[in-house]
Amino acid sequence: MLVAELTHRCPLHCVYCSNPLELAKRETELPTETWVRVLQEAATAGVLQADLTGGEPLARTDIVELVRAGRRAGLYISLITSGLPLDEAKLAALVEAGLDHFQLSFQGMYEATARNISNSTSHGHKLKVLDWLKKHGLGVTLNFVIHRQNISELEEMVAFVEGYRPACVEFASVQYYGWGFANRERLLPSREQLDHCVETLKKAEQRLKGKTRLVFVVPDYFAKYPKPCVGGWGRKLMVITPDGKALPCHAATIIPGMQFANVKDQSLLEIWHNSSAFQRFRGEEWMQEPCQSCDRRQLDFGGCRCQAFLLAGDASATDPVCSLAPTRAKVDGILAQIAVAPPATSEQQVDWRYRPNPA
Amino acid sequence: MTPDMRATPKLAKGVRLSDKNQQPRTLLMPERALRLNGPSLAIVELCDGHHTVEQIAERLHAMYAKAEPQRITKDLLGYLALLHDERAVDF
Repeated sequence: MLVAELTHRCPLHCVYCSNPLELAKRETELPTETWVRVLQEAATAGVLQADLTGGEPLARTDIVELVRAGRRAGLYISLITSGLPLDEAKLAALVEAGLDHFQLSFQGMYEATARNISNSTSHGHKLKVLDWLKKHGLGVTLNFVIHRQNISELEEMVAFVEGYRPACVEFASVQYYGWGFANRERLLPSREQLDHCVETLKKAEQRLKGKTRLVFVVPDYFAKYPKPCVGGWGRKLMVITPDGKALPCHAATIIPGMQFANVKDQSLLEIWHNSSAFQRFRGEEWMQEPCQSCDRRQLDFGGCRCQAFLLAGDASATDPVCSLAPTRAKVDGILAQIAVAPPATSEQQVDWRYRPNPA
Repeated sequence: MTPDMRATPKLAKGVRLSDKNQQPRTLLMPERALRLNGPSLAIVELCDGHHTVEQIAERLHAMYAKAEPQRITKDLLGYLALLHDERAVDF
């Protein structure tokens, strides 16, 4: 899987954005011809799918050309988008260019919620985009990022999905890196909210069976074992940043001492095999105890390296969300703070760290 | 959900077969790909909205003449039900 972060520019300013705190400027973005070469190299190397994402991939004026190039190379092309800026003519052009799949994000079920989260007015437009998608017959995934501020709208979200019937719906709990980490105290749900959410989605999954595939991403702070982050470091995924750095994981730039190869200088295959960043946590050599002798080490690969760095201060440590991790107390400490925090209100806007739009 | 023998299965929106020059052939869908072997590829190629399940079964009976026809039909229905629940096929 190739994840192409075409730009960090975005009309939305979501408080949990997965982009790094230091955003790439427009002038550093790769030109069209380099992206086209990257997509061709990926297909030749055996990659089947490419996610065109950002920032907001529609902010690239060459987006139709990039979709066409990816599809011509033989890739399955997904657009991971907020649906802005987009009109029906542009959507028709994307479909004609061969776009396979459209993943549309929602910040909540109401304009006020969406505005609080994204500091933009976008909800009404997204509803229009959904009508156009139906008309043009595209495969659609709806993506709801779930957190303390919108978890109370879950029932409405499920009802909405049952009405629209997309191919797939993702209820993805916020991942706590970058902007999400900076805002975590207002985003983490309580244990009670999460339990209710799990129960609601289990029932929804039964009702939606055979109509819409439901994917639920749990917040791993509440999990017993860590997630198999990126399917294991350097095993399945390559992320290309707007300026061409090849990363084994979206958040990898936060880990100190990493050297990232750039697609401007080397081919994807060379980077995959030789880049020190991809080799650093590949396999099991780097693991510490309890991972090194753990039966689960080939299931979760020790969890997330970026989370280990953020919470334990050591990127080689066991992911602190793991119940077996010596640093699990850090996660429990954060959760204990959450438990005494006041409930969500829309007046909390002023305290957010909104993600800006890079120059 | 198991299909009726008269149903005409077709690939769901956002689902397509990989190009002929890509080996092994796969069924591509949002964030996933399913590797196809001989019989599964033959079935998916006939999920075009025109062939009925009955016609697909007949085609498979001819292709695998040594196997028991009832067994082939049963496996076909099971495979189509799986593809349907994974949202790869509509019928």
